[in-house]
Order: sequence, then structure tokens, then C-alpha cells
Amino acid sequence: MSGWFANVDWSEIGQACLDTLAMLGGSLLLTLALGLPLGVLLFLTSPGQVWQNRVVSGGLALAVNLLRSVPFIILLIVMIPLTVLLAGTSLGVAGAIPPLVVGAAPFFARLVETALREVDRNTIEAVQAMGATTRDLVFRALLPEALPGILAGATVTAIALVSFTAMAGAVGAGGLGDLAIRFGYQRFQTDVMLVTVALLLVLVQLLQMAGDRLVRHFTRR
Amino acid sequence: MIHLENVHKAFANGHAALAGVDLEIARGEVFGIIGRSGAGKSTLVRLLNGLERPTAGKVEIDGIALDGLSGEGLRALRRRVGMIFQNFGLLGSRTIFDNVALPLRIAGADKARIAARVPELLARVGLADHRAKYPAQLSGGQKQRVGIARALATDPDILLCDEATSALDPETTRSILALLGDLNRELGLTIVLITHEMEVVRQVCDRVAVLHAGRVVEAGSVADVFLRPRAAETRALIDEDGEDARPLAFDGPLARLTLQGDAVLQPVLTRIARETGTDFVILDGRIGRLRDASFGQLTLGLSGGNTEAALAALRQHGEVAA
Repeated sequence: MSGWFANVDWSEIGQACLDTLAMLGGSLLLTLALGLPLGVLLFLTSPGQVWQNRVVSGGLALAVNLLRSVPFIILLIVMIPLTVLLAGTSLGVAGAIPPLVVGAAPFFARLVETALREVDRNTIEAVQAMGATTRDLVFRALLPEALPGILAGATVTAIALVSFTAMAGAVGAGGLGDLAIRFGYQRFQTDVMLVTVALLLVLVQLLQMAGDRLVRHFTRR
Repeated sequence: MIHLENVHKAFANGHAALAGVDLEIARGEVFGIIGRSGAGKSTLVRLLNGLERPTAGKVEIDGIALDGLSGEGLRALRRRVGMIFQNFGLLGSRTIFDNVALPLRIAGADKARIAARVPELLARVGLADHRAKYPAQLSGGQKQRVGIARALATDPDILLCDEATSALDPETTRSILALLGDLNRELGLTIVLITHEMEVVRQVCDRVAVLHAGRVVEAGSVADVFLRPRAAETRALIDEDGEDARPLAFDGPLARLTLQGDAVLQPVLTRIARETGTDFVILDGRIGRLRDASFGQLTLGLSGGNTEAALAALRQHGEVAA
């Protein structure tokens, strides 16, 4: 056994796992917290909705598309000054979180917007016709109705963040991706590569399963 | 109660949905608005609770001009105007109880009031046993009953029905329309109902307006519009109601007889045939009800005997057109 995984330093793997989980947890939380209101705003300002506003909706869409079209590895580098400002460092777990959030929040916002679009037009009108405020409409109708879609979007976002954290590893963020690149790739230690990829796979599987369960729990069909 | 004056509505893409509509709907009546898809019906009904705003003209409910309303004023008006929809518009994530409770919660009702009022509403629409279910567990007719209970939660004076039976089968449609008729009688609820089916108008409405290309082409009591249509668009809608518009050829005098009320149940034709010696050939005909009143309309061919005397006798029972 030890002959097969000769290069694997298990304590280093453990630390990398913790780093990856910390990056994922921190960035996912902030991504959801920023992306959800942004997605609701994208939806409400779109044509035909209560706050329809061509300028706001066009501006938001442009900003979202811009952030989504910048390759993440480039975003990591261009953001360094801002990252230092926000996190105090551009290295380690803390330094990875700002670019992860900026990369993933627009993506999640689009998924939220798409989920809200699936809410039946008659349902929205029915709630408005009751004399609901926009706040009532969002919190009592739109978000509860779109919850399964939003949770599915959060799952996809979490998994995208896993691959983003691996990329962040390349510029000094640490974690499993960092090990895979430094040892698995640059030093040809295939065993380290295998172990890190297997651990990332387990993480993705667990996220997908948890997400699917949540979606099922909140779907009433 | 509802007053529309020269109402126009054009959308941003330039499409004119309404082009000068005048309407007067009285308190306590069931008023039908019939027209084909694209005639502007949906837009018209949405003007009555401010879901759409007119580009020109006046919309008033009980003397209150809707275009002056926004914010809390508009929300207060909407609590007085219930609405039901073709696709029901229920919240799939909430139980039947919570769906019906939603307008009360939005209006700020307390828990005790909601706990008392919702079962009352569910019982009224015949769904007392379904409160803990989700909409997906109900049939279409049951979903519309939930929609009706929800629309009635805040005790509105007016109920707007947007193609409320178009997604339902004929039998369920009849039961929903019967419920609407009962609510109109028992609560004095004013109902404005839009539809593309003459059958719906015939079963439940007191008065009707025919909408075509954003204009009212004909309006009046259902009996007048249905039995004596003047506009070509109205005739076309009636002909679609299971009628064949092509008359049968008959060699001899023709008479179109319209009977209403008690006369429908009299043996008019056989009696006149005996008295005048004229035989009648029925070429076309329909007999039935308009809401609660009975009617009969027959196209007759007259053969032999004293046809003049027969026509005079027919006129004593109903209207005769050649």
C-alpha cells in the first residue's frame, strides 16, 4: 500500500482538505448572500415585471455578463489589489474568497433569475391582485415558489466553486487544487494527483446528493 | 359600479389592445365579455384592478378613478376586487389552507381571524376536507374552487374571472359556473367574466359585451345579444356554439320564431297547425336556457292551409321574422 502512495503526505492532504472546505464554505455563503438579491433584482427589473426598468436591468445584465465572461484564472489576477483591500492578503484561504465570490455570485444570480422566471405568470398576477406589496410578492410568493429551482442553482454553483477553488490553488490559495498542481502535475507525482482528484470527486458527489435531497424536500408535486 | 369611458390601451411595441372601450357594469350583475383570443379581453379585465394601466380614457370603480391610485390606495382597492385565472395561479409550494390564507395575511389579519375565516371559505366552495393538501394533489375543478375561495377571502364586492373555465372540461365548467351563479345570488357579488365561449355567457351571465379588435361591437342583455345578434362578429361566435350556419333550402314561406319565458313550454306549433291547417317543417332550432330563463328559437317552413293566419297566430306567442 505505502509503495503505491509513496509521495503522499497524508497530513498535508488533510490540511489541504480543510483549506478547500474553508474556501468553499466561506465563498459559497457569501455567493448565496450576494447572488440571491442580485438575481431577484435582475428578475424584478426585467420587462413586464413590477420594477421594470430598462436602464437598471440593462446595466445589471451587462455587469453580470462581463464578470461571467472573464476567465476565472484572469479574474484571480486582476482582482489582486481589490482582494488585498478586502481580505488584507491575496494569499491563502482569505485571499481566495473575494475572487471566488466575484466569480460565482453573477453566475448564481442568473440561475436565481431563471428559477424566478419559471414561476407561473398567473401566480404572480394573483398575488398582486390580492393587494400585495412588492415585498410580499418576493417573500411570500416568488422565493417560496422558486425555492426548488434556487436550491438546484445553489448546488450547481457550489460545484462550480469546487473547481474554482482548485484554480485558485494555482495562484497561492492552497487547498487540494494547489497540491494537485504543485505535486501531481509539476513533480509528476501521479499518486498525489489521484488522491486529490478522488477527494474532489467525493466532495462534488456529496454536494450534488445534498442538493438533490434539498430540492426533493421542497418540491410539492 | 364599474365605469369605463373611451379607454385605450397600447403596448410598448405599438400594438393597440383596446381602441376606445365604453362599458357600464351595474352592482350585483354577472357581466360577460366575450371575444376571440387577441380581442383585448385579458387587457380589459386587468384594467379593473390596476394590473394594467390605460394609455387613455377613464376607469372608475364606485366613482373612484383608478388612474389616480398607487401604493396603498391601489392595494386597498385590490382587496375589494377578487380575481381568478385560467391557470388558477395557486402557489404550488403552499397548502390549500395557506393559499386561501394568503390574502388575509397580506391584509394583516391576525391568526384567530385566519383560523376562523379559511375553513369557512373552504366549506363554501366544497373543499373542507382538502385543507392540508397541496395544489398538485387536486383536480382542475378543485384548483379553481381554491382560486375562488382565495379571491373571496377579503370579502370583495367584485370578482374578476379571466377565462376561469377555459382549462376545464365541460362538466367541471358547468359546476364552476353554477358556483359563481350561487355566489352572485347569495353574496350580491358583482362578477365580470371574460371568455371566448358563448356557452359560458349563456349559462351564467345577465349581460354581455362582444369585444372585437379592441372595441365593443355589441352589448346588451344576454337574451338580446344571443337571440337577436346585430354584429357579424356576434353571429360568428354564436354559430361556433354548436350551430351550423347554413340554412336548409325550403320551397315555401319561411318564419323565424323566437320564444321566451312561459311560451317555450306551450304547445304552440301543434295548436296553430290544428287551427289553421298549416303544417310546419322545422329547418333549424335551439331550445334551452339563458342563465335562469328559458328560450326557443326555430326556423320554420310553412306548408299548406292558411299561412297568413298561421303567421299571425305565431306572432301572438313570440317574435317572428321572415
